[in-house]
This record gives sequence, structure tokens and C-alpha cells, in this order.
Amino acid sequence: MFSRDNWKEIFETIQKNKLRTFLSGFTVALGILIFVVLFGFGNGLKNTFSKFFEDDAQNIITLFPGQTSKPYKGYKSGRRIEFDNSDLEDIKTNFPIFLEYITPRISRNGLVKYKNESNNYSTRAVAPSHQIAEKTIIMKGRYLNVKDVKEKSKTAVIGRLVEKDLFGAKNAMGEYIDIGGSAFKVIGVYQDEGGDDEERRIYIPYTTRQLIEKNTDKIDQIIVAFRPELGYAGALALDKGLTEFIKNKKFINPNDQNGLYVRNVAEGLKQTQQMAFVLQMIVGFVAIGTIIAGIIGISNIMVFVVKERTKELGIRKALGATPKAVIGTILLESVFITTVFGFIGMIIGIAILNSMGDKLKDRFITDPYIDMPIAIGATVLLIVFGAIAGYIPAKRAARIKPIVALRDE
Amino acid sequence: MIEIKDLHKSYKMGSNSLHVLKGINFSVKEGELVAIMGSSGSGKSTLLNILGMLDELDEGSYTLDGVPIKNLNETKAAQYRNKFLGFVFQSFNLINYKSAMENVALPLYYQKVGRKERQEKALKYLEQVGLKEWATHLPNELSGGQKQRVAIARAMAAEPKVLLADEPTGALDSKTSYEVMDLIQKINDQGNTILLVTHEPDIADMCKRIVHLKDGVIIEDKKVEQVRASQYV
Ligand SMILES: Nc1ncnc2c1ncn2[C@@H]1O[C@H](COP(=O)(O)OP(=O)(O)O)[C@@H](O)[C@H]1O
Ligand SMILES: [Mg+2]
Repeated sequence: MFSRDNWKEIFETIQKNKLRTFLSGFTVALGILIFVVLFGFGNGLKNTFSKFFEDDAQNIITLFPGQTSKPYKGYKSGRRIEFDNSDLEDIKTNFPIFLEYITPRISRNGLVKYKNESNNYSTRAVAPSHQIAEKTIIMKGRYLNVKDVKEKSKTAVIGRLVEKDLFGAKNAMGEYIDIGGSAFKVIGVYQDEGGDDEERRIYIPYTTRQLIEKNTDKIDQIIVAFRPELGYAGALALDKGLTEFIKNKKFINPNDQNGLYVRNVAEGLKQTQQMAFVLQMIVGFVAIGTIIAGIIGISNIMVFVVKERTKELGIRKALGATPKAVIGTILLESVFITTVFGFIGMIIGIAILNSMGDKLKDRFITDPYIDMPIAIGATVLLIVFGAIAGYIPAKRAARIKPIVALRDE
Repeated sequence: MIEIKDLHKSYKMGSNSLHVLKGINFSVKEGELVAIMGSSGSGKSTLLNILGMLDELDEGSYTLDGVPIKNLNETKAAQYRNKFLGFVFQSFNLINYKSAMENVALPLYYQKVGRKERQEKALKYLEQVGLKEWATHLPNELSGGQKQRVAIARAMAAEPKVLLADEPTGALDSKTSYEVMDLIQKINDQGNTILLVTHEPDIADMCKRIVHLKDGVIIEDKKVEQVRASQYV
């Protein structure tokens, strides 16, 4: 059935029936193309959602002090909550098995000067482990270290764009910049994938900031990183434990929603991932619908093809074509066409996806792609079901008696 | 070569059935050229189709070259048709997207003859019908007479035991008809057995024997002095 001669016969038939070939080929190619593009867009959607989180660590719980809205244990409502250094120590001692690292953050905006250049930047006063939480990438020099914090040194790590703004083509390393009236030595330059804003920041030791601000021990925010191996459940447990602990320590009513804010990246990530998954499922369903439409398309064309060829098949049967040969003629032709055009559609679809890149970023589609096994799998699926769909009319054609097929109209 | 005994055939049409052949007894020897005559609707094509295994008989027996033809499944019938029989139809029945040569080669394809040999044989038979130069032409580029000659070449290419022709000249003018008959006579001269359905007496006279059908039975079966078609060409 698969001899070279058979293929030649089929190839000739295909060549000489261009419209028929084009019709079924076009349907198949289009079906696969739409499938590949849709599925790729689904992946692009997922990419966009995970990119939202990628530029920061994902095992982070951030605590923000608020203002109470309920009275508690003799305290009136409307009290402003503040964090201080003892909170850092208390969290460390009370949650040792959960904690990977902890860092405070004190943010201030202000004028930063170097010689004649000046600009407003946000300066973050942090501990060394903040580098991990923010995924800060050092380009030159180094990040803040424990010694800087201990000695309350006036050292600064500046963003790539801060260096560009203030120093132009010059190297900022070792130079002194003026932050809010104090001279800080630039010990490092960093970059960050979070975008331009994140590269227009300056990091200094939190102890130095506290010293400048009248030797206070207050902190703006506490960033807690949990051990990733704890997973989502562990993150939720720590989230709950931290909330209870701080509320208890700061005399905040347990039911007060405003005294303390806790942002759990894991939770947001999980929700977003779930949403992305649902979106991808929907896109996937649509894509599978396309494949099914493609299969129905081929079956219709096969019915049409068989009808159109009834007389020819009758002649072939009169000349000695067995039912098997008739089925083979029709099926092999259809499989050949679906295979060739299926893969053409697949390749065009993949080419479209590859050329897309982040052109549709505004529409939440980043780097759309399709896994090769899925693309090939869908194509093979279409070929197989196309063949099954073609088998039914082929079998019917094989049963038609030649005298019926040949009867003059 | 052909032996049929007490053959009956009826067509069911809804609740009634039409008894077309009502007990045909007849035999054909090798090398005969038989005309089957009769008015329209007398069952000539039905008889020929049964002989050609394109249709099944209801009652009676049919033996072809010593092989009893009965209860054939589709595959077996197709193989027998391919091996034993060549068909020529009134409406030519060439495959329109295949060239003259490819049409002639088609039965050989189903005999699993190799491509090269197929083409050689097809050319040889096209040459015999005088159409070698037309080998690469499509059917719609040929005249009616040429088409029928291609169809005859195709029927002969498989080297069948019997050639069955259902009104082969029915769609042709008389001059072309005689050309086709001339060809058929020559093929018969080479020893081939041919059965030919016609309702035209002049065509029947060019055969060697005339079988007359009427109302589903043979009313006359006679040998005739063959009129050579070549004198009219
Ligand atoms: N497949 C069929 N179904 C029903 N009736 C048929 C069929 N084939 C032929 N007939 C009828 O059988 C009769 C004989 O037909 P046919 O053998 O074609 O006649 P002829 O070839 O002598 O003109 C006609 O009345 C025709 O209508
Ligand atoms: Mg007839």
C-alpha cells in the first residue's frame, strides 16, 4: 500500500487537482496556524503575569505599620503604629525556623548632588539582605555589608541611571555624593530588571539613616523572607504568625484591619498564577476548538472530494481497483495533504510567534511561544483525525457499485 | 470461454420488482465476436454488466474460462475484472485529469505492473489504436472517436480474456463508428473474444454472431457473414 509507485500515483493526482488540494490544504494549514498562534498567546499571557513578579524575590512578606481604627487594652483608636529595631530582633528570635533573612527599609526622597549635577532620588536605607529581596544586581563595586551597618558608615550603592544622570560618562566609584546634606561615598553601582524607576534609587545602611535622623531606632517597613522550601502553606502560616505577634506586641486589636498591613508576595503570586492558568485553559479550549473545526472541515472536504470523484472511482473499480485500493487512494491522498499543509501551517504559526517577541506587551502578551511537542502533537492529531474522518466517506466510496457510479446521468 | 445457464435478474424498485432477464442460456467460445442486439430497455446492458461482474445475477450460473463466478466479494470481483475483462463504454469513461497514456496504463497499475513497463505497454497499445502521438494529451483534447480508441487501448492493455463493449459506437457518427469497428475487428482477428452491445444493425453485421434479446429472453442467436468495416473507412 505504501510503495513508491502508490505515492507517485497519489502525487500525480494531487498535482492535477490543484483546487481540491488547495481547499483541503488551506483548511488544515489555517487550523494548525490558528491553534499554534492562540496557544502561543496563552503562553505569552502567562509570561506577562510571571514577569510582574520576576524582578523581586517571591518568598517575601512585607509588614507596613498603619493607624489603628479600633480601641484596644486602654489604647484609643487612631494611634499611629511604628516599627523599631527591637521588632527586627523579636521577629528573628520568635520565628527562627521560618526565616531566611530579614531587612528593614526606610525610604526617603530628596535632592542628591554631585558637583554641579543634582536630582531627586528615593534613598532606601536597608540591611545587606535587601539585595536578595530586591534582586539587585551589582555591576561595579559591591553592595552594602554587615560592617557598613555596624559602623553606620556613609556608603551608598547607586542605580545605573543615577550614575548616568549625575556622572554622565564618568565613573562614580569612589566619588562622594551629597544626600540630604551628608556626603556619602559611592561603593557600588547596580542594575535591576524592574525597570527605569528601580534603577534610579540609592541604597544606604539603615543604621546610617537612623543616625542622621537624630539617632532614632524607628523603621518604615520590615521585609521578611521565608524559607522557600516551606511552600505556600508555610508562607501563609508565617503570615498569620507575624500578624498575631506584631498586633500583640503593639497592642493592636486582633480585628483591626488598619493597624498593620501585611503583603504576602506568595499569595499574590499564587492568585496571579491561577488567573494565568485559567486564561491559558480558556485559550487552550479555543485552540482545541480550532483543531476540532479543522477536523470537521477536512471531513466535509473529504465528503465533497469523494462525491466529486464517484465517477472516477467507479472507473477505477471497473478496471480492477479493489475496495482496499480505493480506500487507500483517498486516504493516502488526504493524509499526504494534511501532513504537508499541517506542517506548513505549524511552521508559519511558529514563525509568527517568534517574530512577535514583546510587540504585544501592551496587550499583556510577552514572548509568546509553543512547546514543539504540543505543536507537533496537535498537527499529528489533526492528521490522524483527518484520516479517520476521511475513512468514512472513503469506505462508502469503496462500497459504491461501479455500475451505479458509471450510470450515465 | 463464457457459459451461462438459466440466468435471471430482476431489479427491485420499491415494492415492485422488474424482471429484466428471464432465463438466458448462452455460451461464447474463444475468439468469437458477438453482437448483443435488442431494443432499448430489453436488458442488453444488464446482461453485459453481469458478464462483466459489475452486477450480480439472481439465479442461474455463470462460468468464465472455467471459473465459476458466484458469491464473489468485492475484492475478488475487482481482481477478476482486472485479470479477465476489459470494458469499453458508450461514454468512454476516461479519467479526465489523466493523459491518454496514463489512462491506458491504469489497469496495469492495479495489476501491480511496474511503472516503466506500464508506460511501455500503454504506448504499445496506443500505437495499435493509432494514437501514439496523442499519448500525452488529456481526454478533453481528443475527439470522440479518439477517446473511444483510447478506451479500447485501455481495455486491451490488461490483456483480458474477454472484451465487453456496451454500445461503443453509440455516441459516435457513422464514419467514426466504422473506424472504431475496424479496430475492434482487428483486435478480434488477433484471437481476442469480444462481446458488443448495440442496437444498430449495421454495427451488428460487422460481428460474427448476433444474439437478439427481447423481453428478457434470447429470441434469436445466429452466425453471420462478417461485413468488414475497413471498406467504409
Ligand atoms: N439499477 C437498476 N435499477 C432498476 N432498474 C434498472 C436498473 N438498471 C436497469 N434497469 C431497468 O432494467 C431494464 C433493462 O435495462 P438495460 O439492461 O439497461 O437495457 P438496455 O441496455 O437494453 O437498454 C430497463 O427497464 C431499465 O430501466
Ligand atoms: Mg444499455
